[in-house]
Amino acid sequence: MANRIPRVPVREQDPQVRATNFEEVCYGYNSEEATLEASRCLNCKNPRCVSSCPVHINIPEFIRHIAEGDLKSAAATIAADSSLPSVCGRVCPQESQCEGSCVLGIKSESVAIGKLERFVGDWAIANSGDLPKPEIISNGKKVAIVGSGPAGLACASDLARLGYEVKIFEALHEVGGVLVYGIPEFRLPKERIVAKEVDAVRRLGVEIETDVIVGRTMTIDDLLDNQGYDAVFIGSGAGLPRFMGIDGENLNGVFSANEFLTRANLMHAYDDSFDTPIYTGKKVVVVGGGNVAMDAVRTACRLGADSVIVYRRSEAELPARVEEVHHAKQEGIEFKMLTNPVRILGDEKGWVRGIECVEMELGEPDESGRRSPVKKEGSNFEIDCDVVIMALGTSPNPLIKSTTKGLETNRRGCIVADEDGRTSRKGVFAGGDAVTGAATVILAMGAGRKAAKAIDEYLNNQVCES
Amino acid sequence: MFEIVSKRELAPNIVEMKVYAPRVASSALPGQFVIVRTDRTGERIPLTICDYDTDKGTVTIVTQAVGHSSRKIIDMAEGDTFADFAGPLGCPSDLLDLPEEELKKKRILFVAGGVGTAPVYPQVKWLKEHGVDADVVIGAKTKDLFTYVDEMKTVGNVYLCTDDGSEGFHGMVTGLMKDLIDNRGKEYDHCVIIGPMIMMKFAALTTKEYGIPTVVSLNALMVDGTGMCGACRVTVDGQTRFTCVEGPEFDGHKVDFDEAMRRQNMYRDHKKTHPETHNCKCNG
Ligand SMILES: Cc1cc2nc3c(=O)[nH]c(=O)nc-3n(C[C@H](O)[C@H](O)[C@H](O)COP(=O)(O)OP(=O)(O)OC[C@H]3O[C@@H](n4cnc5c(N)ncnc54)[C@H](O)[C@@H]3O)c2cc1C
Ligand code: SF4
Ligand code: FES
Repeated sequence: MANRIPRVPVREQDPQVRATNFEEVCYGYNSEEATLEASRCLNCKNPRCVSSCPVHINIPEFIRHIAEGDLKSAAATIAADSSLPSVCGRVCPQESQCEGSCVLGIKSESVAIGKLERFVGDWAIANSGDLPKPEIISNGKKVAIVGSGPAGLACASDLARLGYEVKIFEALHEVGGVLVYGIPEFRLPKERIVAKEVDAVRRLGVEIETDVIVGRTMTIDDLLDNQGYDAVFIGSGAGLPRFMGIDGENLNGVFSANEFLTRANLMHAYDDSFDTPIYTGKKVVVVGGGNVAMDAVRTACRLGADSVIVYRRSEAELPARVEEVHHAKQEGIEFKMLTNPVRILGDEKGWVRGIECVEMELGEPDESGRRSPVKKEGSNFEIDCDVVIMALGTSPNPLIKSTTKGLETNRRGCIVADEDGRTSRKGVFAGGDAVTGAATVILAMGAGRKAAKAIDEYLNNQVCES
Repeated sequence: MFEIVSKRELAPNIVEMKVYAPRVASSALPGQFVIVRTDRTGERIPLTICDYDTDKGTVTIVTQAVGHSSRKIIDMAEGDTFADFAGPLGCPSDLLDLPEEELKKKRILFVAGGVGTAPVYPQVKWLKEHGVDADVVIGAKTKDLFTYVDEMKTVGNVYLCTDDGSEGFHGMVTGLMKDLIDNRGKEYDHCVIIGPMIMMKFAALTTKEYGIPTVVSLNALMVDGTGMCGACRVTVDGQTRFTCVEGPEFDGHKVDFDEAMRRQNMYRDHKKTHPETHNCKCNG
């Protein structure tokens, strides 16, 4: 029986070596490995993996194509539902989505769906020349997209395929949103993967203008009223970092994870030929337990610092991808669980010299279903360190809301939009982290695609009305 | 792209550039800034907008060479292009929100020092265009270091001072401010101070003595300039604020200048290691 084969292990860079470089950790499957792993799939009639995939990729079908050696069809199957397979194969939390529900996982190990998706995505990038170029007939209508993260890119490609003239406006100097400024090179290569995915969007005729801060350089109303756009999609993400509000947070040496990662990734501060500085000192404490915290701590480790995670719940509650936690441990990151900072300690010059924490224990489950941590009185202790990085989550930037009349947001600052991305403003759609708050690449991509459909419907109906 | 259409030296190591950036030029307002990047390897550097010409599509910036990145900027030539020139960022000056009637009644004092003079200019010019004559105190170490004085004289009443007495009032801006108020019968109900952090701190202490509401424009360290990183955070009235989105102008009597100065120098003690000098990854 095919499913007797154990899950094919994936080759990775040696932990000790990779802890000192920024090259990708995981090498991915080669063709033999992928074919063998694909043969494990049972091709279930009612595939549980598909219903757990946020965009319902036809997983058994693309895996069957791999097993048959037909990668072109595998790529086409995925493309029907996802425009970023190379990215999602690398960064999706598969263990709580497709792989988490794979029937094989009940008795042994699930199919390595993520690694197979990545294999197909990378194959498609390498062979993009051979893929049929879609024939696009212009329909003469213009759509503006705010932000070039996964939501904006996905919305743009779908609209371009439908014949719209699409232009993306991006505030930063690079295209890709969190994929370029947040997620590090060692997890998601920028030149080899992200830039290629962006090229594919450009090849569909989508124009991308960087250095445009919508709300400042121009407003949404400007785009609609004066620049001839028929609709706007907002995919501006959730970039505003949160701090704890404890003593010492403005000391020199305290950074948001966004700042630390932006310096390292967007500004290439780890590379000495770039001008932007980054500071780690000898020991770094990262506060938080999500992907952002893992990325920050592993970046600090690669820059040569002793690096520690401080998280207020226990390991079982870490929201990061399991693979990242595993990799971080292999790389020598220390995990201090059930620990919460009380204040940050400074020296006489105003630089961080340590962090005072308190031990926690798990109490009753809160509204998220996770057991909420409670302080153990009198358990305070200090950790010496030179840098503290706060990775506590982010919320949407208020700029667009404050400069767009009649655009409704909720109390967390997220843009209010329905399932298909329609906002309170006619002709204005939104999706991704800007609507949900910080979430995942796959959800953002899915939201961008749904909105593209809704925009198409909206603009078609408009023609009928007039 | 963002071409330098003209460049001139205002004083040693202080350079003015007009840069072609039509989108920025058409939205810019006094008090706002841009983020520029010289080239692929450059830092994102915030610079206050000193003037803008919507018709020509140009934005004027003034840069003083203080470190590696500002040196890279002033070494660029006419015809060169910036890789990036993003803006306008930050909130426009509060004065722009006042109703015309109220604005006309205001007696406004500007205090400028160092490269702060150029950023004061668009505000004074804007007021002049709206029928308000403002007083402008400009301070420099010595007379050769004055910049933008001639331009300023066309839009406001200029009072100069130098630390060494080589021109104008002999002393610091705080001395001249006191002189104007105590000895020359001047009265003010609004003050805007732009210049080096230490000068803003003491000038703001002076206006506090006289009870004049005061605004300062903070030049905090920044990375993105769009509210994404918090590198630019400052404490104002006990609250943490992001200079790039909530500023750059804040109530000068409520800013924690000591913290702001300390944060501004964060990377001075931990300079970027350039390959020619050092190549470990520790930034030591
Ligand atoms: C460090 C880090 C690690 C992560 N790891 C994972 C992971 O492993 N797996 C996973 O699934 N998800 C992960 N995420 C979350 C994921 O990256 C996001 O959910 C996803 O990128 C959201 O996509 P988006 O398109 O909505 O927004 P973003 O990717 O945030 O893109 C928004 C873009 O809009 C631009 N923008 C914002 N405002 C404006 C404006 N006014 N004008 C013009 N442009 C504007 C921004 O500059 C940005 O480029 C991670 C996030 C971070 C920060
Ligand atoms: S649940 Fe697992 S075995 Fe079944 S189709 Fe999906 S990947 Fe294949
Ligand atoms: S410069 Fe990054 S938030 Fe202000």
